[in-house]
Amino acid sequence: MLNAKIPAGPLDDKWTDYKGHCKLVNPANKRKLEVIVVGTGLAGASAAATLGELGYKVKAFCFQDSPRRAHSIAAQGGINAAKNYQNDGDSVFRLFYDTIKGGDYRAREANVHRLSEVSGNIIDQCVAQGVPFAREYGGLLSNRSFGGTQVQRTFYAAGQTGQQLLIGAYQGLERQISLGNVKMYSRHEMLDIVMVDGKAQGIIARDLISGKLERHFGNAVLLCTGGYGNVFYLSTNAMGSNVTSAWKAHRKGAAFANPCFTQIHPTCIPVSGDHQSKLTLMSESLRNDGRIWVPAKLGETRKATDIPEEERDYYLERRYPAFGNLVPRDVASRAAKERCDAGYGVGTSKQAVYLDYAAAIERYGKIEVSKKGLENVSKEEIIALGKEVVKEKYGNLFDMYQKITGENPYEVPMRIYPAVHYTMGGLWVDYELQTTLAGVYALGEANFSDHGANRLGASALMQGLADGYFVIPYTIGNFLADEIYNKPISTDHPAFVEAEKEVSDRISTLKNINGKQSVESFHKRLGKIMWDKCGMARNAEGLTEAIAEIQALKKEFWSDVKIPGGINEMNTELDKANRVADFIELGELMCKDALDRNESCGGHFREEYQTPEGEALRDDAGYMYVAAWKYEGDSDWKLVKEPLVYDVIKPSQRNYK
Amino acid sequence: MEHKGINLTLKVWRQQNTTSNGEFVTYQVKDISQEMSFLEMFDVLNEQLIQEDKEPIAFDHDCREGICGMCSMYIDGKPHGPWQANTTCQLHMRAFNDGDTITVEPWRAQAFPVLKDLVVDRTAFDRIIQAGGYVSVNTGNAVDGNSLPINKNDADASFAAAMCIGCGACVAACKNSSAMLFLSAKVSHLALLPQGDPERQSRVVNMVAQMDKEGFGACTNTGACEATCPKEISLSNIARLNQEYLLAGLTSN
Repeated sequence: MLNAKIPAGPLDDKWTDYKGHCKLVNPANKRKLEVIVVGTGLAGASAAATLGELGYKVKAFCFQDSPRRAHSIAAQGGINAAKNYQNDGDSVFRLFYDTIKGGDYRAREANVHRLSEVSGNIIDQCVAQGVPFAREYGGLLSNRSFGGTQVQRTFYAAGQTGQQLLIGAYQGLERQISLGNVKMYSRHEMLDIVMVDGKAQGIIARDLISGKLERHFGNAVLLCTGGYGNVFYLSTNAMGSNVTSAWKAHRKGAAFANPCFTQIHPTCIPVSGDHQSKLTLMSESLRNDGRIWVPAKLGETRKATDIPEEERDYYLERRYPAFGNLVPRDVASRAAKERCDAGYGVGTSKQAVYLDYAAAIERYGKIEVSKKGLENVSKEEIIALGKEVVKEKYGNLFDMYQKITGENPYEVPMRIYPAVHYTMGGLWVDYELQTTLAGVYALGEANFSDHGANRLGASALMQGLADGYFVIPYTIGNFLADEIYNKPISTDHPAFVEAEKEVSDRISTLKNINGKQSVESFHKRLGKIMWDKCGMARNAEGLTEAIAEIQALKKEFWSDVKIPGGINEMNTELDKANRVADFIELGELMCKDALDRNESCGGHFREEYQTPEGEALRDDAGYMYVAAWKYEGDSDWKLVKEPLVYDVIKPSQRNYK
Repeated sequence: MEHKGINLTLKVWRQQNTTSNGEFVTYQVKDISQEMSFLEMFDVLNEQLIQEDKEPIAFDHDCREGICGMCSMYIDGKPHGPWQANTTCQLHMRAFNDGDTITVEPWRAQAFPVLKDLVVDRTAFDRIIQAGGYVSVNTGNAVDGNSLPINKNDADASFAAAMCIGCGACVAACKNSSAMLFLSAKVSHLALLPQGDPERQSRVVNMVAQMDKEGFGACTNTGACEATCPKEISLSNIARLNQEYLLAGLTSN
């Protein structure tokens, strides 16, 4: 049984009490303590900057050429905060409740409540940094609505909210670098954690330019390395996003929690062919105005625009009249898959549905006509006016769609299909964000704690920044306060020597396989197994097959992978090989976890467990727990459970009908 | 969707590391789907090279959706290739015809040394930001977000400048390899907001000094940077930078 170290007392007071009683480190001692931060997305950049401000000696690592490239930058829609600026009834409790419910009652109450409590501080901090959020004419901050909520609490900067927030955190980080509080190591990849007497004391990193291995000491290591969606090969993640740092910690003893909880986002541009290297998200905000449909009849061959209204099946509006096109992501994705599996899909692959703006364009056009007091306007003029409005709201997304597909979404409906987007699972952490390895912390998407089995839109940015700006600065002090009595160990310590040797041996082994197949080809095959058998719908038979297939793939990888180039130089194939080797192991664990969880919840849909209407059927009596897996050896894991105890919220069947 | 396969000749800059000499190497790729992105075409070429026991071409890329700013190819004499307001990763093979020869080079600028093949070192940009591209506010100091109303037009203009992705195409396009568009975008982003006001003088002076130190060239207002910028950052930002710089010189202590 895992101890999450949740403070006692009423939910509302836990965080305040914790902050009032946690240990502190005095400024003179902070200067002596070193903290390693791996990853510079929202969680990593905000943590590194803030710890630098506090006076700790920080070393930050990222594999990209600059911390500003981290994939948080691609987040489009927005960031939630319980500010209640709209006076529409929002509160800390409501944001907490929506997040727990959206996560299908598989998140930890105390963590989510704390997240909700600090959400407002995040907006204040970002405004102070000069993040140019969208504003109203009165000069105040603007909000919009997002899926799974009934209030307007999403702050945004056009369709580039993630970019603006990351630039804010990046600038804070660069400031600390210039002040000498943070030392930045870009184009570096962490390849192992160094443990001494059961505590993390540093990392082994590879300089991706020279290929050299480096030893870095740290009194604590923060893993802010994002999610593992690229295990599916095709996802909306960046090409370099990987699980390697988290996986190294896992192999050293950090439990990995709920690995099978992955989010499949309903509105992405569909796969166009075997060459596809990644998938592109079309913001959830498009579901505010667009209508999703497929042809009502099987074997339809007409163009979308030639299919009359009565021969279209607006299946979300049909199945979920209350929420319609704005049902949560897991529900919308499964509904699209159901239609395509039944043979109603569109496009050459038949693996797509239409997202149609024709009705919205006409509606906005009519509003413009009445706003401008025009008379005797033709249908064409109405459409032209409507297109202008849609362009202002969603122009950059429509342009992106056109660049990728070559089709004009103002004229023909967009084709969309669900794609892997986010991973709710991750390293198990306690209330202080510490993993089961002493001194190793996980922040942001890399941990598991806040989104349960399904994440709501605009909550990932909130969590990354909450962890980095407002949680870790307190909780790490509670750990480091005791570290002041220990002298820093030298990087010549046998533990460092041994860890470096392990990494170096593994790289040589990989390089010396000298097989025939490229890293990419293995990654694609892994992705196909995962998508087919551990994707939007899973069943025991498929998962059992997948585990065997992945084990076979692992063997083949370690005997036939081909990595050109040398070790002591820039070698992008070697970088990839290191990552894919870890993805293969993770893939097996995900299938094992999915097989073990005999229920459906959120993004985890087991076909055997559904209601007569085809909705996810939870089993709270049997599975109201976090499944944390401990690494015991090759293809061998032990399940440790953290029971989810709900003091405040009463779990119920999610209903969006 | 049509799946037209086209054949292409590629002339690609290969360079082992910063100190070695580079050269163009010619490759052929066949049956390239016009649905592919330019980088997916490079994936195909690299797979082909691996199968031929050759070293694949190193190139920078990450998000492949036009926002991270990592991709950086100089294609047929234009940073990010022929499409307007576009990054290399969003360029699709529809832009090319069967039989075309395409020349691909890294960013060419003294301040961006080549690390390998098409990969360059752009850390000079980070150092320019370190010189003052921020608001000095520690976490925890902030007052309520709505206690500081900001004129919507100013906020929008600030956002338009803050959209810069730091890719360096402006430098690569400039005959002098000037970083003025990049720098001016950051100065504008912060100068247009009240939060940036207290440090506006030191910011512009220090950032310009750092830019000069990094070896970027001078600006002669030809506008090649604006024309090539994937995010269409306006040249008017450079005018604002000059104004800020002049004012700082006139009014500072």
